[in-house]
This record gives sequence, C-alpha cells and structure tokens, in this order.
Amino acid sequence: MATAALTPAPQIVARRVEPEQHGLMSWITTTDHKRIGILYLVTSFAFFILGGTEALMIRLQLGEANNSLVSPEVYNQLFTMHGTTMIFLFVVPMLAGFGNYFLPLMIGARDMAYPRLNALSYWLFLFGGIVLYASIFWSPPEAGWISTVPLADSTYLPSGGIDAWIFMVHLTGLASLLGAINFYVTIANMRAPGMSWSRLPLFIWSILAYSLLLIIAIPVIAGAVTMLLLDRHFGTHFFDTAEGGSALLWQNLFWFFGHPEVYILILPAFGIISEVLPVFARKPIFGYKAIAASTMMISFLGLLVWVHHMFTTPTPLVVLIFAMVSSFLIAVPTGIKIFNWIGTLWHGSIEFTTPMMYAVGMVALFTIGGLSGIFLAMIPVDWQLSDTYFVVAHIHFVFVGGSTMGIFAGIYYWFPKMTGRMLNETLGKWSFWLMFVGVLATFMIQHSLGLDGMPRRVYEYPNVGHLQLYNQISTVGSWILATGVLMTIINVWRSVKHGTIAGPDPWKANTLEWYTTSPPPVNNFDEIPRVRSLEPMKDIRREIERQANEGAGARKRRSDGVKVTA
Amino acid sequence: MTALPLALAPSAFASAFAPETGGSPAANHISTLYNITLIIAIIVFLGVEGAIIYCLVRFRARKGHEARQIHGNTKLEIGWTAGAAIVMVAIAIATFVDLSSVRDPVNSGPDGLNLSNGSQYVATGALKPPNGRALTIQVNGIQYIWRYTYLGFSSNPDGLGDPYAYYQMVVPTNTTVILHVVSQDVIHEWWIPQLGPKVQAVPGYTNYTWFKISKPGNYKGQCSFLCGRGHARMIAEVTAVSPQKFTQWITQQKAYLKAADIQAEACRKELAKGQGAASVEFTKNC
Repeated sequence: MATAALTPAPQIVARRVEPEQHGLMSWITTTDHKRIGILYLVTSFAFFILGGTEALMIRLQLGEANNSLVSPEVYNQLFTMHGTTMIFLFVVPMLAGFGNYFLPLMIGARDMAYPRLNALSYWLFLFGGIVLYASIFWSPPEAGWISTVPLADSTYLPSGGIDAWIFMVHLTGLASLLGAINFYVTIANMRAPGMSWSRLPLFIWSILAYSLLLIIAIPVIAGAVTMLLLDRHFGTHFFDTAEGGSALLWQNLFWFFGHPEVYILILPAFGIISEVLPVFARKPIFGYKAIAASTMMISFLGLLVWVHHMFTTPTPLVVLIFAMVSSFLIAVPTGIKIFNWIGTLWHGSIEFTTPMMYAVGMVALFTIGGLSGIFLAMIPVDWQLSDTYFVVAHIHFVFVGGSTMGIFAGIYYWFPKMTGRMLNETLGKWSFWLMFVGVLATFMIQHSLGLDGMPRRVYEYPNVGHLQLYNQISTVGSWILATGVLMTIINVWRSVKHGTIAGPDPWKANTLEWYTTSPPPVNNFDEIPRVRSLEPMKDIRREIERQANEGAGARKRRSDGVKVTA
Repeated sequence: MTALPLALAPSAFASAFAPETGGSPAANHISTLYNITLIIAIIVFLGVEGAIIYCLVRFRARKGHEARQIHGNTKLEIGWTAGAAIVMVAIAIATFVDLSSVRDPVNSGPDGLNLSNGSQYVATGALKPPNGRALTIQVNGIQYIWRYTYLGFSSNPDGLGDPYAYYQMVVPTNTTVILHVVSQDVIHEWWIPQLGPKVQAVPGYTNYTWFKISKPGNYKGQCSFLCGRGHARMIAEVTAVSPQKFTQWITQQKAYLKAADIQAEACRKELAKGQGAASVEFTKNC
C-alpha cells in the first residue's frame, strides 16, 4: 500500500494553463506549433486540390488523340502549375505541417525551438503560393516545374509567369529553410529526458533527414533562380553559352537541388508509415537501427546522384557513370526499408484500420516506383526512356503511390489527435481502395506509353498504335483517383464536427503524442515522462496495468487472508 | 534473352513491355538490357508483393493470436542487405557490358555507302567507328523543326554549302551514321525510338549519337525535351534507302540547293538595284 502511494501510476494529466484563444486573429498571430501545423496542413491540402484539378484537365486533354480541348499554351501552363504546385506547395509543406504538429509532441517538447520563426515560415510559404497562383490572372509560367533555361529566359518567355515562379521558389524556399533549421534545433535540443538518439521515433529521424537535405539543397536553388532572374532582367549571361555562360549550368544547379528534393518529398512519408505499421501490426518496428541508418544513408547518397537526370546531356561519360553507380547504391538502403517493413508485418497481429491500409498500400505502390527507378538509373536504358511517359509513371508511383499515400496514412492516423474525433472508417476504406486502384490504373499504363515512344509534356499525340487506348485508361484512372481523394475530403468535413470522440489514445499507439489529450492543450504536457525505450506509451500502459494488477492483487491477498483467518 | 511477358503477350502488344527495336543495333542492345532487368524486377516485385499479401492474410488479427514481439534479426538483415547489393552488382555488370555496345559505333557494312574513297567521309568529332569512316550529319534543333546538314559533301574549302534538309533525314542503309546534335535556340532532344539513344541538343554544345540501319524504311520520332508551345509538333523522320538511291538523292538535293542559291543571288542583286517601287516588285518575284 505504502509503496503504491510513493510511485503513483502514470496517467494523463494535462490541464489547460490558460484559456485558449479563438477567432481569426488568434490564428493569424499564433506561434503555437499545433496551430501552425494545422495552417500548414489545411493550406497545402488546398493547393493539393488545385494541383489535382490541373492534373484532371491534363488527363482530359490527353483522353483523345489530336484533342484540342486546351491550347498548347494553356497545356504547358497546366503541367507547369501542376508539377510546381504538387512539389513546392503540397508535398513539402504538407510534411512540414505534420512535422510542426507532431515533432514537439513526439519528442515530449512544449513547442518548437523558435516559435515565432515557425510562424514566419508558414506565412512565407502561404505568400509564395499566392504569388504563384496570382500569375493565373496574367500569364502563368509554362517552362515545366524544372524551368529549363534557355526556354525560361526572357528571350523565349518574356512574360511574368517565370518571374512569379522564381519569386515563389524564393519565398517557399526561405520558408522551408527556416522551418528546417527550426526542426533541426528542436530535435537536437528539446527531447524528453531519456530520449537518446536510439530512442528517437522513426518519423523524427525522417524529419531530421528532411531538414538536413533542405538546409543543403535550398541555398543552391535560391542561387540558381537568382541567377535566372538576373539573366532575365539585368543583362547577365549565367546560362547563355553564346556569351560565355552555360546552358548546362542550370540543369546542374537545378538537379543538385532537385534530386535531394525527391528524398525531401519521400523520406518523411517513409517516416509516417514506419510509425503506423508497428502500431497496427501490434509489434515493434523490425530493425529500428537499420531503418534509421538507411534514412541517413539515402540522404547522403541522394546528394551525389543529380547527374542521373542529365544522362542525355553532353556531359563526360565518367560523370554519368559516377551518377549511375551512386544511384544503384541507393537501391540497397531503399530495399532495406521495404524488407524491414515486411519484417514488421511478419508474425504481427494486423488490424486493418484505414491508416494501416494506406501504409501497406504505400509499401506496395512505392515498390513499383522503386523498381522502375532502377531502369532509369541505367544509362543505356535511360537513353531510351528519359523524358518519356515512363519517367512520368515512375515519379507518380513515387510521389502519389509513395508520398501521397503516406500523407493519407498520416491524415487518418493523426486526425483523432488533432481534432479529438475519429474519421469514419467506412468512408476511409472506400477512399483507400479508390485511390489504390486509381494510382494503378492511371500510372501503370504510362510505362507502356513511354515504351511506345510518347514523350512527356506534349499536348497532343497522333492516333497510332495503342496510344489512344492507353491514354484513355490513364484518364479513367485519374478520375477514380480523384473520387478517392474526394471521399477523404467529405470524411474530414463530416468528422471534424460529427466524428466519434477519440480520447487520448484511440489506437493504443507507441509514441508520446498519445500521452496527452486530443487535441492537446497549448502547453502539450503538464508533466513530461521519462523515456525508457523506443515505445514510451507501451511502457506507460504496461506500468498502469502492472500497478492496477498489483492493487487488485493486494486487495485479493487481503481478502484471501480474511478468508483464512475466518 | 527475351522477357517472359514478351513471350506470353500477343505480338501486337510487344512494344507495351519493352523499348522499341528493329532500327539500329544500339536500340536492340538497349532492349536486351531492359529485358534482363525486367526479369529481375518482376522476380523482386513478386517476392515483395507476395510477402506483403502473405503477411496480410496469415497474420491478420484473430482471437487467440498474439503478435510476436521481435525487434529484429541481425543475420537476416545482413543477409537481405547483401542480397540487395548482389542484385545491384549484377545489374551494374550487365549495364557496363551493354554500355559500350550502345554508345560506340560499329563499322559500316560491306554493302553500305562506299566510304573508302574520298576524304569527306572521315568522321570528325568525339564519336567515331573503329575504322574512322562514317557518314556525318549535323542535326540542328530549331523551334520547332530539325535541320540536317550532311557534313563534308561540299567542294567549298570552308565547308559552307554542305547539302541540308529539314524534317526528313535520308540516309543510306548498312552505313554507320554519326550525328552531331546541336541547337540554335532552346534545348531540344533528338529521339527516334527504333534507332536507340536520345540526346539533348543544348545551345553551345555538340552532343553525339549514331545509328546503322540494315533495312530500308521510315523511322519516326519527335523532340522529347520541352522546347516551347510547338514541342508536340516538332517531329522527325529518318528514311533509309539503298546507297545508290542515297547518292542519287544527295546529288539531286545539291542541285536543288544550288538552283535556290542562284535564284536567291539574283533576288539580292535585284534588291540592291531596286529603289522604292522596284523593291515592291522584288518581293513579288522572289
């Protein structure tokens, strides 16, 4: 009895220290990482809907051979806005949103290291998006999301669209850079007592890799777009070969940023599913250290391989071979991750909740994107397939099958924590199956389009061979995919007000964000527990159970004793 | 080494599973390498997806079934890391074997264009067949058309006046053709799927590729790097004809170009003479 009183059972005690602010002004002036996280998530999801609408228009135009639904000019603007939106305004800030909301909670911190810098990051990102989308009222950019020079130079595209694109890259880039520094400092300094590097949740490892890559890559793209701006308006010739510059310089600088960007987009999604899989398989993550190490390995190798986007350029063969071999090396840590995820499912007790279905679906679909990547990493095969629909299929299996499915796993997994209410499981499962089938239908056939000789970024194609049939399959698939996304939007809309009350830990999860109320109070935790393993919530539940049993046992023994004496 | 799906699929769908072939040896080599990799990829794919499906069926939550609390297995993890590394080494070896046969041009066949006499067929630039003799064509990307200059066919010492053509490139069969790919405005990309590697045309740089066509026919392709609003319409066609017909064609092409030059010269003189109303007359005639 006396010992039980000395070590009370750990329990969720989070009292609101001050009344929470409401109203528009409280959102505009907030420095609370959770509110900033929600702002990030909602804003980038809005951009996801815009980018998705552009994708549907692209697929409609390509639904028929020699179609003239949109003009070549509008078509170029559509795919430029689609690619730019999805990469700069959806996936990166969406992952930043999850990072903002859950990083402090998962490491047991009360906020980010620099709360006001955090707010600045969000507003820079929002204005970057507004600058880009303001251009649709004048002339949107039309040189692709990679804005290759000389096409993006003022000689060929004098209109302001490219300038809006440059401004957007600067604003969102600065947002990402400041956010990355904030994440890094928070992870390095504000972990709960006992949370050593080997007890850091895998999502946090992935945010660490994401931050390091952003800190290295963003200054390079910022420099490159500044040079482009100077070339366009101030008479410099950085990218003009005829005047002593180099048209290849842009591709080198852009892809030095662009390839790490691919890992910036995918690693946190890997992190999300590394959290979700063990929770619903009811067993620890398989090979924690290998997954954490492979994340860092991929980040490092990802910095060496940018030239594999340039296999068809006039670059010396030895440089191409270096990029090819480094790309092959990346397949090894990526394989390790996939094997470890399967190892996590092995001998588990798998519960088919919606977040789990998205997580497993992500592994299944990303595998296809990973394998098609091997083909493109081989110099001779890339000489045939580069800049075709095979590449389009590959990137979409990575970004839709991989990043987006991972993001949806995160939405379904963490929605209860953010709102205090569960999402509807039936709608969620419909959404998952439609998206899963939609991804396969839309993008699988695009491999064949590329093999049949269809280049990317063409607004029309002739009605020869099976081109029209394949394109129609892809267009139908894109609408299935869109319907799946719509289901989730409806689900979120309904559940925010009418979902089942979640409680602090509806999934019986492993990490510290579940050791507080849903949604958490402003200060996150009244008491930060000491972390003794990778799965602190398991320890806490076990401790509660043990003490409850002990209490019950003591009562039982006493009653037994009573019986004996009687 | 043809891939399994190729054997199973009806021939009409063959191109759905592998890159195009049948034009030049380089394209065939690429396709072989692709098919070897495809077999490996399908095995890995079936293994991974099969393991996922097995786990989902076998280890789904049931009453009386407890998850086994395993944290890892060092031997197994080292094993599959080594396994993945071995597969990648195998793919790397296959790639290196294939790379030189795709990149390096072969000699022309005995029944190709006679390249042994006349210095005009000595290949210049970075890419050459072993005997150093090939038909060299400069491919120039222009928004939105391809221009082909047949190098070394002019009698002018300055090399100007070489015969040229647009859109359709006529080449002799069984002859090694080296392309010097350049651009005069934005970046374009030369790609004829059946003839093998695509190469970017970057302003200020010369990029190289080659092909050798064994049977007469038309081989179509198009620019594959975004070059502006007309990108989708920047198409190209390579027409392979017998060496005799090629010689006839190039002779005639030279004659046409000479006639056009003479006419242009006359027009320039007219223009130089003409003042005011005369120049209006000039625009009508020329």
